[in-house]
Amino acid sequence: MSFFSINKSFKGGVHPDEHKDLTENSAFEIMPYPTEVILPLSQHIGKPSKVLVKKRDLVKSGQVIAEPDGFISSIIHSPITGKIKDIGKTASVGGRPQEAVTIVAEGEDEIVFMEPLDAESITSEMIIERVKEAGIVGQGGAAFPTYVKLMPPKDKNIECIIINGAECEPYLTRDYRYMVERTKDLIVGIKLIMRALGVKRGIIGIEDNKPEAIRMLKEATIPHPEIKVEVLKTKYPQGAEKMLIKVAVNKEVPPGKLPLDVGVVIQNIRTAISVYDAVVKGEPQFTAALTVSGFGITTPKNLIVRVGTTIQQVLDYCGGTNDDARKVIVGGPMMGVAQYDMSAPVQKATSGLLVLTEPEMKHSQETNCLRCGACVDVCALNLIPKDLAKFSKAGKWDEAEALGVTVCMECGTCSYNCPANIPLVQWIRLGKQRVINIQRSKQNVS
Amino acid sequence: MTDLKQIINTKLELASSPHVHTKLSTERAMQMVILALLPCVLSAVIYFGIYQLLIFLVSIGISMGTEYGIKRIRKQANTLSDGSAFLTGLLLALILPPNFSLVFTGLGAFVSIAIGKEIFGGIGYNIFNPALVGRAFLQAAFPVQMTTWTKTSFNVDAVTSATPLGGFKFDGIAADLGSMFLGNTGGSLGETSALAILIGGIFLIALGIVNWRIPVSMIIGILVFGSLIWMINPEAYMNPLYHLVGGGFLFGAFFMASDWVSSPITAKGMWIFGLGISLIIVIIRVFGGIPEGVMYAILFMNAWVPLINRYTQPTIFGAKK
Ligand code: SF4
Ligand code: SF4
Repeated sequence: MSFFSINKSFKGGVHPDEHKDLTENSAFEIMPYPTEVILPLSQHIGKPSKVLVKKRDLVKSGQVIAEPDGFISSIIHSPITGKIKDIGKTASVGGRPQEAVTIVAEGEDEIVFMEPLDAESITSEMIIERVKEAGIVGQGGAAFPTYVKLMPPKDKNIECIIINGAECEPYLTRDYRYMVERTKDLIVGIKLIMRALGVKRGIIGIEDNKPEAIRMLKEATIPHPEIKVEVLKTKYPQGAEKMLIKVAVNKEVPPGKLPLDVGVVIQNIRTAISVYDAVVKGEPQFTAALTVSGFGITTPKNLIVRVGTTIQQVLDYCGGTNDDARKVIVGGPMMGVAQYDMSAPVQKATSGLLVLTEPEMKHSQETNCLRCGACVDVCALNLIPKDLAKFSKAGKWDEAEALGVTVCMECGTCSYNCPANIPLVQWIRLGKQRVINIQRSKQNVS
Repeated sequence: MTDLKQIINTKLELASSPHVHTKLSTERAMQMVILALLPCVLSAVIYFGIYQLLIFLVSIGISMGTEYGIKRIRKQANTLSDGSAFLTGLLLALILPPNFSLVFTGLGAFVSIAIGKEIFGGIGYNIFNPALVGRAFLQAAFPVQMTTWTKTSFNVDAVTSATPLGGFKFDGIAADLGSMFLGNTGGSLGETSALAILIGGIFLIALGIVNWRIPVSMIIGILVFGSLIWMINPEAYMNPLYHLVGGGFLFGAFFMASDWVSSPITAKGMWIFGLGISLIIVIIRVFGGIPEGVMYAILFMNAWVPLINRYTQPTIFGAKK
């Protein structure tokens, strides 16, 4: 379908098996309330939040339990009603133990909502304040505090926002479900974000593998000519910020720069929904929405769960894993994190939980680099992954830096496409980290 | 909680992202190229007889044996299963003359692997196309045998058994383009049938194993450079279509120049490489003392690949051009 598509696209990229059919027609299910939740204090980019509660305090759902520490940080709300059991190190996604608040459920679920606001008359300042109070973090993966993104530096002239509806990671169907289940709310959410930023132009970018969402959004935007639906070719990594901007407004974000620098702010579909919920319903971000999928899980689903529910509980709720399960991934298959500790909690920005089996991963024997150029051909940022990996592996940081190792967005496209099955991104990630550290320490000296 | 026992118990993998991979592997790619060469093998047998199968057998057998032996001596892991030694043997056989001596065939296969590949460190490290290294050796060592051509089985009344390019160069005889397309002319085992080569070549391009830029740039190059010379004096010089279907050009374009290891990795580099090969071929064929030139042209351009890669690095996305 997508191979001969004439829809807009970028240079490079790959077409992994989508497997979206596993969940695309399953409406969101609300997972029942867990008996215990673990709330990491760092569920966002920036400084960890400061705890406001003590052991044995009673809390209600939606009550603030931690406040931002500094400008780039976030409020955290209790996702359940109960008692603070513990504050200390617990398991986390990715494996490193981290500071978290553990809450045990007690009594009936009582939710404290904020006061609903009128979406028509609300001002920019009020929207930003509400987004901050609701503890909303970006839902596209990086979990950047959303209110910060709504307050760009004064010298940046923001012309438009792009809502990322590409959902280019295979398997994931969370954003798709929002687009078809809450189309109208999504439009209101987008308009709220536009008002907060004072921009007159909104673009929703959707890959052409979601015809139903395209149809519904096109219909819903008829009364809103300031919002345009842009149909994109289905290709990974279409949802990467730089690719999306290139395709939607034909601008290239230079290396080391941000979308802001070319006058664009990007927001995710669920972020817009969260903004709607916070403003219109007064609901803080204490749930996560995720696709649970893969051939290793009994019943794939799209779920809404309270933040802090453990991975194990979510897997159990979907009927558990089968004997062929080989890998558990938090996020999508291209950029997600392999997880081994199932007692780690779902966080605000968790978008997927995949249980993969050997045949769907298609791993083969690693061989020498064959200099076939397949990695160069698909890198959307025009890097030479083969050489970046080679220099990083050899510890030649200067060479890696000169070839642009820090520009790499770790999208995984090159590794995916390498017939020699060389873990290119793994090496590049290492090189990138090292080079950034070296650059920092140089700056500190001078 | 975070203990190793759990990992072992559940047999969970933890390698970092990406967690999925394309179907293509080194092994599968080699298998597909071998598959794509079957039409050429078939045309060799149809036009030159069943004896040719022995050449294939010897070439492939000695290639694999040589690689196995060298890996044993060097105490390195055996790499036969990646299929590349098999492929080198097959490719070498396809560019040998019909009824070629089996002893010399074996010698060529040994040189292909030992000098063409293993001396550099094995798969992925060689600079030159190994099969062409083997052929260049045979050409130098046994020039007469390497240019002794046989008539095809269906060509009993042809006046000469020379190759179409040789016939034109030395005797001024133009062969029939239709026969050249089907393969009913003198030439190396797998090189005579344009039809068989195109079937396999297009299959490999469709699978993404052969990068289209190399054969396409070579074809454009040979037509353009060939036409330029031809237009100077259409009587004396060959029609560019002869350049295209004659000799080892198409086989070289789809199966030799496009070899992963010895061709450039950048898009621009592939164009330079392909056009360069065609330019040299036309120069050798028109001004040189030999009717062919594909092998030398590819080997010559192989040597420039590291430099081409260096100077054709693409501009990083968003950076100033
Ligand atoms: S991971 Fe980096 S090098 Fe590889 S394709 Fe993506 S951007 Fe290019
Ligand atoms: S895709 Fe893999 S084998 Fe091919 S050039 Fe890149 S690193 Fe080497």
